[in-house]
Amino acid sequence: MITLTIDDRPITVAEGTTIWEAARTLAIEIPVLCHDPRLRPVGVCRMCVVDIGARTLVASCVRPCESGMKVVTGSEKVERQRRTLTELLMSDQPEVCPKESTTGDSVLHALARRYEATGASLPRGAGRPRDLSSKVIAVDHQACILCDRCVRGCDEIQGNDVISRSGKGYGTKIAFDLDAPMGASTCVSCGECMAVCPTGALVNKPVSGPIVPRRHLKQVDSVCPYCGVGCGLTYNVDVEQNKIAYVDGRESPVNHERLCVKGRYGFDYAQHPQRLTKPLIRRAEFYPKAALSPEVMGNQERGKGRRKTALVSYDDVMPAFREASWDEALELVASRLLAVKKEHGPGALAGFGSAKCSIEEAYLFQKLVRAAFGTNNVDHCTRLCHASSVAALLETIGSGAVTNTFAGIAESDVALFAGTNISANHPVAASFFKNAAARGTKLIFVDPRRPDIARHAWRYAQIRHGSDVAFYNAMMHVILREGLIDEAYVRDHTTGIEELRALVDRYPPALAAEICGVTAEMIVDIARAYGGAKAAITFWGMGISQHTHGTNNARCLISLCLLTGNSGRPGTGLHPLRGQNNVQGASDAGLIPMMYPDYQRVGDPAIREKFEKAWGLPLDPTPGLTVTEITTGALEGRIKGMYCLGENPFLSDPNVNKVRKALTRLDFLAVQDIFLTETAEFADVILPATSYLEKTGTYTNTDRRVQIGRPALAPPGDARLDWQIVAEIATRMGYPMLYEKVEDIFDEFTATTHEYQGLDYPILGATGRLWPAFDREAKDGEQILFGDAYPTADGRAKLVPCDFEAEKEPTSAEYPFVLNTGRLLEHWHTGTMTRRSYALDAISPGPFVEVHPDDLARLGITAGDLVSVSSRRGRIELPARRSTSVARGSVFIAFHFREAAANVLTLDAIDPIGKIPTFKLCAVNVEKAQA
Amino acid sequence: MTFALTPERESHLAEILSRYPNRMAATIPVLHLCQEQNGWVSEEIMEWVAHRLGISAAHVKGVATFYTLFNKEPVGRHQVWVCRTLSCALNGADALLHHCEKRLGVHVGGTTKDGSVTLRTAECLAACGQAPMMQVDRDYHENLTLADVDTILDRLTRS
Ligand code: SF4
Ligand code: SF4
Ligand code: FES
Ligand code: FES
Repeated sequence: MITLTIDDRPITVAEGTTIWEAARTLAIEIPVLCHDPRLRPVGVCRMCVVDIGARTLVASCVRPCESGMKVVTGSEKVERQRRTLTELLMSDQPEVCPKESTTGDSVLHALARRYEATGASLPRGAGRPRDLSSKVIAVDHQACILCDRCVRGCDEIQGNDVISRSGKGYGTKIAFDLDAPMGASTCVSCGECMAVCPTGALVNKPVSGPIVPRRHLKQVDSVCPYCGVGCGLTYNVDVEQNKIAYVDGRESPVNHERLCVKGRYGFDYAQHPQRLTKPLIRRAEFYPKAALSPEVMGNQERGKGRRKTALVSYDDVMPAFREASWDEALELVASRLLAVKKEHGPGALAGFGSAKCSIEEAYLFQKLVRAAFGTNNVDHCTRLCHASSVAALLETIGSGAVTNTFAGIAESDVALFAGTNISANHPVAASFFKNAAARGTKLIFVDPRRPDIARHAWRYAQIRHGSDVAFYNAMMHVILREGLIDEAYVRDHTTGIEELRALVDRYPPALAAEICGVTAEMIVDIARAYGGAKAAITFWGMGISQHTHGTNNARCLISLCLLTGNSGRPGTGLHPLRGQNNVQGASDAGLIPMMYPDYQRVGDPAIREKFEKAWGLPLDPTPGLTVTEITTGALEGRIKGMYCLGENPFLSDPNVNKVRKALTRLDFLAVQDIFLTETAEFADVILPATSYLEKTGTYTNTDRRVQIGRPALAPPGDARLDWQIVAEIATRMGYPMLYEKVEDIFDEFTATTHEYQGLDYPILGATGRLWPAFDREAKDGEQILFGDAYPTADGRAKLVPCDFEAEKEPTSAEYPFVLNTGRLLEHWHTGTMTRRSYALDAISPGPFVEVHPDDLARLGITAGDLVSVSSRRGRIELPARRSTSVARGSVFIAFHFREAAANVLTLDAIDPIGKIPTFKLCAVNVEKAQA
Repeated sequence: MTFALTPERESHLAEILSRYPNRMAATIPVLHLCQEQNGWVSEEIMEWVAHRLGISAAHVKGVATFYTLFNKEPVGRHQVWVCRTLSCALNGADALLHHCEKRLGVHVGGTTKDGSVTLRTAECLAACGQAPMMQVDRDYHENLTLADVDTILDRLTRS
């Protein structure tokens, strides 16, 4: 420890503390320009100078404290230097500072006001250009003071490494890549550079209307509505216009102010003119039901030859509906559902909720289906996402949630990433992974399609599609053979080692290398690194779960982790990265057919009895149907009536042509959404819902952190709160649901659970809490689970051996390519929100298929050409994009785009346990489209 | 990417990398190595260097554009830098430079039509005691007279 005085006040600090940091703990504020506490100090601007009695003034942001130092932070000498510096910097500023004229928070101009510096007394340089090529950020090189913050923000915080300085002398400027226009560079528009820039050089461009200083706007602390990372953010809201002007990253244990392009710039969808504002009822002339727009009709039908559009054309679909009062619409929904129940029994009804629903909405919706419908046929998109991972986790370790937060990587020396394109799907989490790599954590990626973050990898194994089981079995083979197993952990905490040993014995690296298409050395290297790690953490994504052997894939990863004792300690754990903002919470709330809230099985009589008592009526004892089974049920006439809340199965489920038929067969379909979705074209009644941005609710992120989303906007027209709509329908169906406010629903939900005990709105506060959080006095909930025992009957985890199985649909002469589907950074699922968000749509306007350059050459296709991609189930046309991320013989299509819906092609075969479809693998043909 | 180092330079590259604690630190010597082969540092080379060192292209661009000794455009077979700082200026650097321009038929910064020589100026090259001076490729030529310059330039344009 070091003792010194700052402005005559004594202070003792740890060695290495800078003067600036020490002053800050004394609440002495020293002005800075090039420094930001989140960045490595570089000391290039000299604004933070202080007097330590040395020959010259020193930069406090870089200068470490020394014992006995006497620091003066605001003497006349110091102030004079700061004034001169400001004067010099101001001499080259543009007439109107782009930051002062927008968000109004230029650090430089604040200093200029303080020192009354205008720079007018000094000669001006020749001037530097502006760059307006980015869709979201305006660059004015004239306002840049070369403080380097953006460079470090891009490198050190986000790990994107796009910005540097180029040139020399007066001509020096920040440059993107090789000095490309920002909009043409590899910039991913996360906005970190803009957020750290202290001048008008980097500012937000307007997304939904003019940008004005914060003081004219209302600040609403909320959480990002998109992915499972759950970044804390602040909406700056123009209340009069009912618009969000711009977004700031907020300090939270999740994101520490970081955001990605969706969170920062994808906030204007709620104002889109296509918002539903009135309940709609299908007109009598539009029966029997059929698709209404060309995209939804598909290639085979009337849709042929009509121009396809990015958004549903309301001219095509609106004539089929008439506006109705809430009373009429709700009455119709309740009575038609009751009629189906009466005629065909409760099992003919089903409900699709969504992982975009809040916990309260999810809880209420499953309660509606279970109590008012009288069936367990309730599911949501988790079925399409991590159902297999959860099945495997529940079976092996007794709990479906992550055992450590993603930030836990900070304490890992090795991190394994299996089948996850994190920089696109969990961008802010990915930034922390890149930070870990920079500190020396070995990142290992195993994925048939090269993820962008592989640039930061220690090893990247490009395995063949669907060969995961063989790969991980071989890793375990090496770990057992070389004695890298954690004997004590396996002995004390697991069962089934002998069976596992017998199985992986049959998977020597040489055999797996054959199956996976990588070298045996690669497998051995990776196994040694993972097995030899002091602390290894394991992440996985849809590349593991979305397979017909998704549960097996996950079981292998779990075994790998248990075998090496990489669970229950800092830096270790199992973390299936959750996709949707509330897929964890919606599952916790029981939006799944075989479980009540908190994974309590509907088949267990004792548990059922508990819920029957709580909900006051007898409940259906049989587990319900899953998403894919409900679709098949509708197709086969067993499911007659359906209520869809915020889900768009038409685009999100495999084999669109089958979904279309299923939806047309339904006797009754009610859709509750914020826009008229593809699915809603088949609806009898459409209920206008509120968007995330207009309501209060709780959402559980991938880490198990429960956070409150708060309303920033007023809902448009007659749109109603989702929970109120659900409660109304239940009440009208004879099951009264009477709640005053959303907190009451949360409290009712937590009372039915074990894991959410101790949580309520007041304690969740600004940054939420990890569940479990039984100790209300603690600072936060539990970060690391299962240090002592697993929540299984015997307290042990189960090792489940799995054999490699061949694919359900191998490539053939007719369909020689493997199709892999997934998401893009800028878009969300079926695009309902993101394609109606100006910036996200502008950055990523349309579909494409990624093809390896060699395949393009072989087929005589040039990048940009329209190609036709067909499978046994359908055909779509879209432009080809050249990409070396995909392997030869495989192609990738994102599933967001209705005009070329990837799910027309996908196979609806499912994993026998998780019931998840195999989105990641089917056989297709690629050819040049006929002109 | 089509740029590739010759096998000898590839092994030199390996040797360079072994000398530095991290790859970023090797940016300057690796750029020199590439320039030695190609005569100048093209954007393709910057990308290649970034890729080989596992650093960002922006960083390589920053380094390459900061140092004037990296040629960002094609140059002649020989480089002539005439010093124009104080000692040399007082000893006739100006006349020397004009003489070069006339002889070679180019302005400062230009390359002769036959591609033999690129003419440039330099700030003090630390040979003030022997002013005026100029650097030709890697060699210093000091205490220059116009006649000396003629001899030197003759040799350069012929080779
Ligand atoms: S753009 Fe902003 S953050 Fe980047 S160097 Fe210039 S002033 Fe600093
Ligand atoms: S990483 Fe996810 S939660 Fe964070 S800003 Fe991006 S989309 Fe939103
Ligand atoms: S803030 Fe310390 S030198 Fe810039
Ligand atoms: S002034 Fe020319 S070498 Fe120093």
